[in-house]
Amino acid sequence: MTINISATLVLDTSGEYCPMPVVKAKLAIDSLSPGDVLEVIATDPGSWSDFPGWANTTGNKLLEAIEEDGKFVFYLEKA
Amino acid sequence: MTTAAERANLSSVIDPEVFQRLHLEAHKATDIKRVALVASKGTLDMAYPPLILATTAAAMGMEVGIFFTFYGLDILNKKKLSSLKVSPIANPAAPMPVPNILGMIPGGTWAATFVMKRMMSAQRMPTVPQLLDTCKQFDVKLIGCTTTMAVMGVSREDLIDGVDLGGAATFLEYAAKAQVTLFV
Repeated sequence: MTINISATLVLDTSGEYCPMPVVKAKLAIDSLSPGDVLEVIATDPGSWSDFPGWANTTGNKLLEAIEEDGKFVFYLEKA
Repeated sequence: MTTAAERANLSSVIDPEVFQRLHLEAHKATDIKRVALVASKGTLDMAYPPLILATTAAAMGMEVGIFFTFYGLDILNKKKLSSLKVSPIANPAAPMPVPNILGMIPGGTWAATFVMKRMMSAQRMPTVPQLLDTCKQFDVKLIGCTTTMAVMGVSREDLIDGVDLGGAATFLEYAAKAQVTLFV
């Protein structure tokens, strides 16, 4: 599946479990400017519900979430 | 509480744009959630839950404080935090699948700790010192219990840097303003 969103920064957390994907996403998004898009790749199944929750709480916008071949990809726009 | 009429009156004296901005700021200020955790256990397995919750909550933009009391104070103890252990005794869910009685032989705790640490690193889990570093990086408030320090003979110098000291009232004052409070 192709997605028409261009990410400013890509963060690959493959093989890591809670809390690391969310902790690393926080550090990564802190380095971006509002409107920039962070792409997060994760393999922890919990991240499927963690990232929507993280986006809701932080105010960053979850543009798209894709599940493909055991990988989860999230596109997050910095608020 | 202001009534709708008072609000209408207020917005007629204040510039609507300024009013709107003040309104947004006021709501933003109260929107920061606070998490207050108690870490009361000093085993390897029980050090993880408060540290994982704290780092995650901070990563979600929440304000976090952990009160380290009783054995939980070991998590802040420079000499102990890297060598926290998990015991197989009275723990049927221990990582070493042996009958409980064998957990009592010398080396049982060492073996269970070794196995758990190996399982954790195989899944690239951060260590306790690494999680504490992340806590500090995210400005998590670490409160060491002074009563525990006195009872266990722990001095300020035994604890890692960046720890605040306090008692139950310190924690409760902090927790009274929290939306999430958990005892671990």
